[in-house]
Amino acid sequence: MNFTASKQPENCLLGPESDSQRTLYPYVTGTSVVALKYKDGILMAADMGGSYGSTLRYKSVERMKPIGKHSLLGASGEISDFQEILKYLDELILYDNMWDDGNSLGPKEVHNYLTRVMYNRRNKFNPLWNSLVLGGVKKGEKYLGTVSMIGVNFEDNHVATGFGNHLARPILRQEWHENLSFEDGVKLLEKCMRVLLYRDRSAINKLQIAKITEEGMTISPPYSLKTYWEFSAFENPTQGAVGSW
Amino acid sequence: MFRNQYDTDVTTWSPAGRLFQVEYAMEAVKQGSAAIGLRSKTHVVLGCVNKANSELSSHQKKIFKVDDHIGVAIAGLTADGRVLSRYMRNECINYNFTYESPLPVGRLVVQLADKAQVCTQRSWKRPYGVGLLVAGLDESGAHLYYNCPSGNYFEYQAFAIGSRSQAAKTYLERRFENFADSSRDDLVKDALMAIRETLQGETLKSSICTVAVVGVGEPFHILDQETVQQMINAFEIVGEQEGPAAEPDAAAGQEAAAEQGGSTDEGVAPMDI
Repeated sequence: MNFTASKQPENCLLGPESDSQRTLYPYVTGTSVVALKYKDGILMAADMGGSYGSTLRYKSVERMKPIGKHSLLGASGEISDFQEILKYLDELILYDNMWDDGNSLGPKEVHNYLTRVMYNRRNKFNPLWNSLVLGGVKKGEKYLGTVSMIGVNFEDNHVATGFGNHLARPILRQEWHENLSFEDGVKLLEKCMRVLLYRDRSAINKLQIAKITEEGMTISPPYSLKTYWEFSAFENPTQGAVGSW
Repeated sequence: MFRNQYDTDVTTWSPAGRLFQVEYAMEAVKQGSAAIGLRSKTHVVLGCVNKANSELSSHQKKIFKVDDHIGVAIAGLTADGRVLSRYMRNECINYNFTYESPLPVGRLVVQLADKAQVCTQRSWKRPYGVGLLVAGLDESGAHLYYNCPSGNYFEYQAFAIGSRSQAAKTYLERRFENFADSSRDDLVKDALMAIRETLQGETLKSSICTVAVVGVGEPFHILDQETVQQMINAFEIVGEQEGPAAEPDAAAGQEAAAEQGGSTDEGVAPMDI
């Protein structure tokens, strides 16, 4: 006999709670991903942190992965759900390759597939707790899009997830332009990532930048950004504050 | 083909290793009215002969648009063809919904062939009695495939199926080497000429044939009767110039037309075979 009362009201649309394994909250999360289109393709940056709540627990998490020949996927949010998505995509690309017929799934197709997956999971009240960035180049056409955990998707010349939307996108709106060179693109991304490093408490100073062009995908080894803390306002920060000494 | 004790169901092999029910299904394709297809690097043209049962009835639809980039012409049991077209449309729509991208025709053709194969290996089913000429585009350009009831599919530069298709095939065999670089209009003309071959002397009119085109930058569509008739007129005239009675060009041809039972009106077209 079941002594614990179920918390569902009578008119609930959710299924039986006892066998529920829905994602209710994320556990190990990655923070922002920032990406932009440049002359030859897409540049994407993400740090390598996996936070366990407020603890910066894992510091070597690769949050960007190549998908097939033409695409690059970056994710923020629950890391285990990202790994699940990689499994789905692995199967998708495998079946695509098995056709062996000269046709291949490009970034647009992968992006739309992911949108369908995310939206369908959201409809079942069992979301994949991620915000995804999908970029790639196929037949000279650059593509950059994003999907959220509720299935909102769109394409743009530059996209970001999480805090990146608030801190990085304004910088990109000011300074992004068509046909950025590789060096300028990297500098712009580093500028965004530096702001995030200063202001996002889940960010860590260890990041990778990935690039995808017609030729393929490369991802930089992890490196850190130079930061500056010698602002005079940071000296004696409590001076003058009520109750401080 | 004669009846024998191994042809009762599709799941019985003959001692010679044949599945007679499947072969009989292919016969059904041969009995249907002709359909032809031909392709260049960038376009594919489908054509078919539309014979109405009687003057009172309309003719059956034998060419179906499956998607903007794929169309199909059928020969054989048109009911089976209609059902398969619905399947193909469904597959294209589902793929487009998931990937926002057109389903490559090569993949659709394989799915169709696998569907047909199922019917050759179930005792409670029968093979589809229809041959399909699938015209479509994918990443690697324009393609023409033939799907038969056996579950096989083949890719062709040009092909004809249905009754009296051999005449069309002979015509196409003579000319196919030029098709790859043909212009769209020349391809349509060749299709009409091939259709005419299957009529064996009967006048080619736009009311008894249907032509459809798909190409890079041109979604699949069936050409309207007027356009087809104009193209028929264009090359019928050329045909007459080659014949014994020399026909002056169309503008001056009005009087000559009356005398020779000219090409723009309903009348006996001169034999050019």
